[in-house]
Amino acid sequence: MTRLAKPKVGYTRRSMLKAGGAALAASSLPAPMLWAQDTADIVLRQFGTGVSNLNDVANKVKEDLGFTLEMTALDSDSVTQRAATQPDSFDIADIEYWICKKVWPTGNLQAMDTSRIANYDKIVGIFRDGKLTPDSEIAQGTAPHSVGFVDGPGGTSFASGETGWMTLIPTIYNADTLGIRPDLIGRPIESWTELLNPEFRGKASILDISSIGIMDMAMVCEAMGEITYGDKGNMTRDEIDATFAIFTEAKRAGQFRAFWKTFDESVNLMASGEVVIQSMWSPAITAVKSRGIPCVYQPLKEGYRSWGGGIGLSNSLSGMELDAAYDYINWYLSGWVGGYLMRQGYYSAVPETSKDFMSENEWGYWFEGKEATDIITSPTGDTLAQAGEVRDGGSFQDRMGAVACWNAVMDENQYMVRKWNEFIAA
Amino acid sequence: MSRHRHLIGWVQAAPLAAILLAFLVAPIVMIVIVSFWGATEFSIYPAFKFDNYEFLFGSSVTYRVFGATLKYALITWALTLVIGFTVAYFLAFHVRSLTMQIALFLVCTIPFWTSNIIRMISWIPFLGRNGIANQTLISWGVIDEPLDWLLYSDFSVILAFVHLYTLFMVVPIFNTMMRIDKSLLEAARDAGASGVQTLVHVIIPLTKPGIMIGTIFVVTLVMGDFITVRFMSGSQRANVGRLISNDIALLQYPSAAATAVVLLCTVLIVIAILLRFVNIRKEL
Repeated sequence: MTRLAKPKVGYTRRSMLKAGGAALAASSLPAPMLWAQDTADIVLRQFGTGVSNLNDVANKVKEDLGFTLEMTALDSDSVTQRAATQPDSFDIADIEYWICKKVWPTGNLQAMDTSRIANYDKIVGIFRDGKLTPDSEIAQGTAPHSVGFVDGPGGTSFASGETGWMTLIPTIYNADTLGIRPDLIGRPIESWTELLNPEFRGKASILDISSIGIMDMAMVCEAMGEITYGDKGNMTRDEIDATFAIFTEAKRAGQFRAFWKTFDESVNLMASGEVVIQSMWSPAITAVKSRGIPCVYQPLKEGYRSWGGGIGLSNSLSGMELDAAYDYINWYLSGWVGGYLMRQGYYSAVPETSKDFMSENEWGYWFEGKEATDIITSPTGDTLAQAGEVRDGGSFQDRMGAVACWNAVMDENQYMVRKWNEFIAA
Repeated sequence: MSRHRHLIGWVQAAPLAAILLAFLVAPIVMIVIVSFWGATEFSIYPAFKFDNYEFLFGSSVTYRVFGATLKYALITWALTLVIGFTVAYFLAFHVRSLTMQIALFLVCTIPFWTSNIIRMISWIPFLGRNGIANQTLISWGVIDEPLDWLLYSDFSVILAFVHLYTLFMVVPIFNTMMRIDKSLLEAARDAGASGVQTLVHVIIPLTKPGIMIGTIFVVTLVMGDFITVRFMSGSQRANVGRLISNDIALLQYPSAAATAVVLLCTVLIVIAILLRFVNIRKEL
């Protein structure tokens, strides 16, 4: 205690550290510069889920377009809340389509004029008429095209076809399925029913995020032939009850090792071998693999559960900011971001522009489902696949063509949420 | 003069009163008010209705979860009491020199130099199916198959609670034990009491206030926890804290507030019962 009372003479280690820290802070946070051009003064505030809120994107925007993009990453519940209740806190909302369904009626977002979107015609069919190819079937749930258009600039209800006024400009999407540990299972897995197979008692997991977890549950129950849903994305109370009854029974029988809520948890469960089959997200598979542990994003015969996100504009955007936002959207679809996202295993809304920003090997592996001819690395430099490996699930058409349902928000959402709470406590 | 003193008393109490009012009373009042509000999927609106409470008391899940919460509190309390009392007893009566007592007491606090969450999460690789505990037991030949119940079970939850909160029992018990007049123990010995008799008839009664303070710490901490239960049970078990945190995540603030009010009342009742046994104020 007496030591503290000593007068400080010269430089102590502590004061050096302080000074060093201050110098560091000063160099990494330079004083705002004054720019001659107007665009440089523009700051667009974007918020969204972590998937596509990447600092690399903000840096590239500054470089290519000159204005500043401020990014805030939140979880999907907070994103919904903010888009619905704080319209002045953002300029650009990077949200999922099911969130759009919830938020659009509040009038906080403005429709976008597709004639100002240069690559509009090249956006894949899923986001326009709902069909990947002219003869593909439209999946259940909140399919992006069903909430993608409104009748006019001020429209508050969704239109049934392409109207020239888009709610969200699609940016990122993917097809999700179950992740497995092939080395610990040792036999082929082909169906969603395997999640509840007693063979994996105590070694299965599902995610503890109600809006997505319920869809995975529905895929399983339907595959088992126990329940036939009118629409998995919009269940009736009876369907919800029946689904939870099946899963509660399985939970009480000890089927599940754990439930996961965050990305890291799902990676650790799989990597440690606590779990051999579980709902998982694509980058989590990559994270397990990068530790040298075999992990497969298993394509299943019943199809994929898919999700998609897009950019929406705040209703309060106007004038130069609005022009800048359109520039941003056009830039977003022009390929650089698409290439960046596709090299992580996601898909871009305009794949053909992304091709220019990927090597032939990368394009072949990620999009066409071809064998890698060389090492595949992520945008951050981690090795994801060796030469000769093929992407789980194959090509874009194979994967996105086999979507069984989209992430959705149900009319009975509140009821479902309460049931979910009961399931966790059961 | 007396009026003047009266005024000074009020002024002296004012800063604390203001802080408590702003940071304790006002938030609780807010929570109580919001618990009567209504909620849509993404917003809450002022109302005065009993829906939240009706749903809460009408659901069997509530009773099960409150039961689980009390169970965790009771088992954790019993274990921390036995361990905490033993440690405090050792420190207070077996260690003779004051320096040594302080040194050993500080050793007890070492785990608290890291964060709560890290201490908890570090159990996960230890207890896992391929964790150190299972591998050691298998190599010793004690078991053939890994024990699954070591992790993601009530066992792991309570283990983490005991690990996290035993110190809260040690400190107050040690504190009261240090203030026991040593001549009382000598008197007991001179009067022919055995070690056990001294413990039961002299030390335990004199340590009661410390035990009670420790009990209040442990019980309130365990009943208010949600993160330990979530991590250590792999989201498979629920206590009241988890119900509240789930509601908040789903933007159901009024429902969360109602649950919080019921939890608060439960904890207050528990503490009121505890205070019937020992008058802490007399001992402080």
